[in-house]
Amino acid sequence: MANSDSATIDLVHSQRKKGYELFVMGVLILCSLVAVAVTVGIVLSLLFEAFRFFERIPLTEFLFGTQWSPQTALRADQVAAEGAFGAVPLITGTLLISFIAMCVATPLGLLSAIYLSEYASKRSRNLIKPALEILAGIPTVVYGFFAALTVAPLLRAGGESVGLDVSSESALAAGLVMGMMIIPLISSLSDDVINAVPQAMRDASLGMGATHSETIRKVVLPSAVPGIAGSLLLAASRAIGETMIVVMAAGLAANLTANPLEAVTTITAQIVALLTGDQEFDSAKTLSAFALGLVLFVTTLVLNVVALRIVRKYQEQYD
Amino acid sequence: MTDFITPSSQLKTRKSAEKRFQWYGRGAIIASLVFLVVMVGSILYKGSGAFTTTDVAIVVDLGPEAVDPANPQDARFEKIVKDALKARFPEATKRADRRKLYGLVSNDAGFELERFVLANPDKLGGEVRVWFRASDDFDILLKGTVDRTVDESERRLSDQEIGWIDTLLADGDVKRGFNWSFFTNGDSREPELAGILSALVGSALTLLVCFCFSFPVGILAAIYLEEFAPKNRFSDIIEVNINNLAAVPSIVFGLLGLSMLLNTFGMPRSSPLVGGLVLSLMTLPTIIIAARASLRAVPPSIREAALGMGASPVQATFHHVAPLALPGIMTGTIVGMAQALGETAPLLMIGMVAFIVDVPQSILEPATALPVQIFLWADAPERAFLEKTSAAIIVLLLFLITMNLLAIVLRRRFEKRF
Repeated sequence: MANSDSATIDLVHSQRKKGYELFVMGVLILCSLVAVAVTVGIVLSLLFEAFRFFERIPLTEFLFGTQWSPQTALRADQVAAEGAFGAVPLITGTLLISFIAMCVATPLGLLSAIYLSEYASKRSRNLIKPALEILAGIPTVVYGFFAALTVAPLLRAGGESVGLDVSSESALAAGLVMGMMIIPLISSLSDDVINAVPQAMRDASLGMGATHSETIRKVVLPSAVPGIAGSLLLAASRAIGETMIVVMAAGLAANLTANPLEAVTTITAQIVALLTGDQEFDSAKTLSAFALGLVLFVTTLVLNVVALRIVRKYQEQYD
Repeated sequence: MTDFITPSSQLKTRKSAEKRFQWYGRGAIIASLVFLVVMVGSILYKGSGAFTTTDVAIVVDLGPEAVDPANPQDARFEKIVKDALKARFPEATKRADRRKLYGLVSNDAGFELERFVLANPDKLGGEVRVWFRASDDFDILLKGTVDRTVDESERRLSDQEIGWIDTLLADGDVKRGFNWSFFTNGDSREPELAGILSALVGSALTLLVCFCFSFPVGILAAIYLEEFAPKNRFSDIIEVNINNLAAVPSIVFGLLGLSMLLNTFGMPRSSPLVGGLVLSLMTLPTIIIAARASLRAVPPSIREAALGMGASPVQATFHHVAPLALPGIMTGTIVGMAQALGETAPLLMIGMVAFIVDVPQSILEPATALPVQIFLWADAPERAFLEKTSAAIIVLLLFLITMNLLAIVLRRRFEKRF
């Protein structure tokens, strides 16, 4: 490049190229910021609308009130025109259904994970694992349909035959089916955790004469407990946020009860009930859905952050 | 066992505990799989009926008094059908009986006749045998869902109606065939006419919007995070964000769509545009995580070779690394799209629960999606909607299976192991 002309051209060319690359980088950064923008958008919109709700209904009433009957007043002077916005029955209902779901999913998911990672041959593992994953791939509306139209009537008939009064929209039906849905979540996460336990620990235990199951119960599982706890927390957060199953199978009766045979309602089911159909956007009724959404978002976020932290810390320990 | 020590009773209990423990594991897996089979099986069983349908032949009078050949569209088609039914079964004279009689055919029989007449003007002028869609009660009787032996008061159909149906059957005026209209009709209040076409098109439009937004943004974000992002707080925040976003309940995305897209930006309610955008925000984490994994799998030697030949980092990434990672990215995208296809809750929030008869023509028109249609039908009181709902679920599951198989095939065929 003796010629100074071509050197200038080259410089211009490379400057243009640099400008182009800067532009590309800008676009790339912008795209990765979309995820942050979504989170900020969620937080802002929930906070903003929930704040408007708490201007009308005090926060303490929302968090500690035990009556939930949101209504829109037909006349301004109507009795109980504002309705009652105590979220306690919704929170207990959500917890009850999630608890039933976890009672179903924890033993099934955990035992499946133990069997798959410790006992199953490679071939059967390759067959069973994807089969369990199918459960996770089925849309929740299908579970809801199954819970409402197959499981609930079965439970009702079964209850009748032994003299129990089972509500047709019982917490049990929704919880059972939801538990089935989160089995693969628990089993695949716990599977990873159990696999991460170093083989040397197993070998040591087996070498001391312990049977395989003794090794699992006394060595592998105790050292995998933090990771398993993390996976259970993730599953619980999934159960709390699950919507379609409870909308279709759990109903809208805001009962404050711990009886799984009665109908309860959940936060998500109420959000759907409040926001589908025609609505005026200024009523406390509509805005209360956002307050519920905020509760849901914060709860699941805390569960997730804690769970991910536990799992990660645990993984580092054995790496 | 020829051991030096004779097995003690303690060892025996330990061995049987071992066996028991293994069976707990097997039992858990079997229970989960049995549940899967029962659920899918019950839906297949319930839904299979919806793919066949029943038609009834009735001789209608299309003479000049009934239908004016000059303006056939002005005729009172509903009355013609009713008169034809009365002529077929003259014994029904009471009002209540007549109403039952008219209920043998679908409520839309008048429109069906109108369509028939306008399509076949040459048939005018006399009595013509026309096929009408049978009503849902008629249809499920033939499918055996209604038990004829139960007491009359507990059945949907009275003895008289069953008598008429048996007469029609004996005369060869009933035919059953594949229910094409399930795939070519929109939603309807009448289960025998309801179809999934409008919901399918709505789902397709929604997924299209979802793909057009989340695919490019997802890939570019993944490329930035994996190839260019410096290791600092800023990248950490983005990363934690994406992981948390993947676990946010789907209904919260619906709330975001409702308050931001609909109320703040004023986008059209119930439209596939809003639905697609909301779903794309949900699938974004899935795509980003999958794309990052497949970018990470491209060996550094490719990058280094490109850089060594004088390519800039951007060129090395876009010309060499990204193309190699594309199959993996596509697989992740398809899995994400399959999730989006099955998602219901956020769509309820943004109003895609409308009763949609017409096929949406653009992404700005009100539409519904297949899972939402399932939700709506599951709530419908008519017995016949039960099988329609199951049939719609079967169609949805078929789409999901196809998409997941596609993802598996893509991975098997194009994935390179370095």
